[in-house]
Parts: sequence; C-alpha cells; structure tokens
Amino acid sequence: MNVLEFTALVGVGSFLAGLLGSLTGLGGGVVLVPLLTIFFKVDIRYAIGASLVSVIATSSGAAAAYVREGFSNIRIGMFLEIATTLGALCGAFLAAKVSTAAIAVIFGVVLVYSAYLSRKPRSQADRDAPPDPLATRLRLNGSFPDAGGVRHYNVQHVPAGFGLMLGAGALSGLLGIGSGAVKVLAMDQAMKIPFKVSTTTSNFMIGVTAVASAGVYLKRGYIDPGLAMPVMLGVLAGSLWGTRILVKAETRWLRIVFSVVIALLGVQMLLKGFLGTI
Amino acid sequence: MTWANWTDEKVEKIIGELLIAGVFLSAAIVLVGGIIYLIHYGHSMPSYSVFRGEPETLRSIRAILRYAFALHGRGIIQFGLLILIATPVARVAFSIVGFAAEGDRMYVVFTSIVLLILLYSLFWSSSIA
Repeated sequence: MNVLEFTALVGVGSFLAGLLGSLTGLGGGVVLVPLLTIFFKVDIRYAIGASLVSVIATSSGAAAAYVREGFSNIRIGMFLEIATTLGALCGAFLAAKVSTAAIAVIFGVVLVYSAYLSRKPRSQADRDAPPDPLATRLRLNGSFPDAGGVRHYNVQHVPAGFGLMLGAGALSGLLGIGSGAVKVLAMDQAMKIPFKVSTTTSNFMIGVTAVASAGVYLKRGYIDPGLAMPVMLGVLAGSLWGTRILVKAETRWLRIVFSVVIALLGVQMLLKGFLGTI
Repeated sequence: MTWANWTDEKVEKIIGELLIAGVFLSAAIVLVGGIIYLIHYGHSMPSYSVFRGEPETLRSIRAILRYAFALHGRGIIQFGLLILIATPVARVAFSIVGFAAEGDRMYVVFTSIVLLILLYSLFWSSSIA
C-alpha cells in the first residue's frame, strides 16, 4: 500500500467516522484512534495527533447548526472551558509520561463506557428546581426556544460539573478525543442543563478544549501532516454531511449499531493495551 | 453600530460565522497542500507504525510558516492546520471583546483565563514538555 492508497483509505474511513459520529451524536474522534491504530497500524501517538485536529474541525464546522438554533449557552461554555482547557493541558503533558499501553487501556475503558452511556435513557432535567445561588451569581441560568415557547432553566451543582469538566478535559488531552460523553454527563446529569443546550454547548467547547492540547502535541511532533490531511478532510466532510441529513435519517438503529461498534473497538483497545501489542 | 447594541445572540452569530470561515479556509489550504504532497510522495510507502516524531520544520509556528512559504506540501498542510487551531483561539479572543462590550466584567476575566491557557499551550508549553 503506497501513500496514495493509504491516504484514500484513511480518508474514506474518516469520512464514515465523521458521518456516523454526527448522526449518532457520539462524535467521530472516539472511533478514529482505534480505527487508525487497529486497522491501519498507525502508532497511537500519530493517531491521537490526527484525531485531535479532526475534533477541532468538527467542532468549528458544526458552528453553523448552533448559530441557527440558538441553543448553546455561551456563559456556561466559557466558564466550564476554564476547567476543560486546564484539564486538557494536564492530559497532554501526562500523555508523554505514561506508556502507550496504558493510554490504550484508558482509551478502551472510555470507549466501553461511551457505548454504555449511549444506550442509557437520558435523564429528565429537573425543571422546577430552585436556582442554585452559585449558578445565579455566575449568570449561568438561561433559556432556549422549545416547542411550547421559550423555556427557562436553572443550572445546578456547579462545583461537581466543574470537577467533571476537569476530567473531561484531561481525557481529551490524553486521548485526542472530544470526550463529548463525559461533557454531556457533567452538564446533563450533574448540572441538570436541558439536553439540547448541553449537547450544543458541549460541541462549542470541544474545539477550544482540543486546541489547549493541540499546541502541546504540535510541539512534541505528534501531528503529522500526511496523516492529519485525510483524517481532517474526511471527518469534516462526513460530519457536515451528517448534520445535513440528520433530520431525515432514522438514527435509533444507527445509534445501536454504532454503540456496538464502539464497544467492540473498546474491547480491542483493552486487549492491545494489556497484551502490550500497541 | 454602538456598543450598547451588543447582545449574547449577536456575539454568538458573529463567532459562528468566524468559525465557519476559519474552518473552510483551513480545509482549502490543507487540500492544496495535500495535492502537492501526494504528487511528490504518492508512490512512496507510508510509515506510521513506528513513532519518530515530526522534524523541527513541522513543530514550531515560525518553522511551519517558513516551510509552507517554500511551497512544501507537508508545510502547507501544517500551515492549514495552524489556521484551524487558530479559529477557536480567535473565537475566545472575540468573546472577550463581546463580553467587554456588554459590560460583563466577570466574564471578561473568565474568558481571558481561557485565552491565556490556550496561548500558553501554543507558545510557551515547549519548555516543559
């Protein structure tokens, strides 16, 4: 397989990852690294560098959707980005200290957990909870257009959410993924932010979080242009096309299939990590 | 346009347009660089299974710019990726202006912290890594 064929195949794989990632809302980055390491025999450090780049592209490219819908909460995003960028910086430094086998194991756990989380029903945000004084002081409470008019929401458990975001940032920096699963966990489950707002705000935050570790990875020489090129272009095209056909597509079965794929990739990564064949 | 007209919605709309423009500009540059790269190296063998790390010419911002303006395919791709990395940074910087225009001092501080972390990662982190 020469560079031309390799580029074409990686491009197609990345396109599919981006497409499925955006259709299911699970993100493309989470399958990219296992795809590159398991099927294309790419060293996990190069794979993480390329994935990180594609995560930034997807997040920025998705801006069109959230500008149109007006669901994201810029204050929640900005406040929590303090946590995610700090975490990402730590994660990126940590990536140089731990072995690639350990990274593979952590990756496997995150994959299996993401698959599990995607099968769990969403928690209904507590609509009538009284405003949290800290959230009020930080001006995090907001509103968004819903079927029945404008809906207001009160943000809860700010410190817990902030702490989870530090973790989400660290995972993002360590593994080169958007860690959307942990971000939604923090906003949806802990802070009780309505699902639509937490997903769009999470999408908004992912790009900024990824940049915090991308600087470190670039200097360390993890970002290879020859690999990042098909990955970034493929994922971007796939995710943009995905958001376009999202309204028409039947995503329930897709979510099931994709979560099974993620779980299988997770088991593969765990095995590779434990056997040290990575 | 007076400062008083600035609202969250307006700031978000401008930021969204900024991000989309940045990502498409970046993708176009990466594509051009990719074509040049494939013309030169398309028939060689890919070697990503052993990690060697990128050469110095593809690591620092200044070196990448020099390499890209010498019209090396890999340098041009890396330059496109730099623009991609710059778009969220620009978004954060612009948010500071937006919050300042709204008179929201607390969020000017929060956003400035985020910007400092990003700039640290891009410019100063190498001394520790």
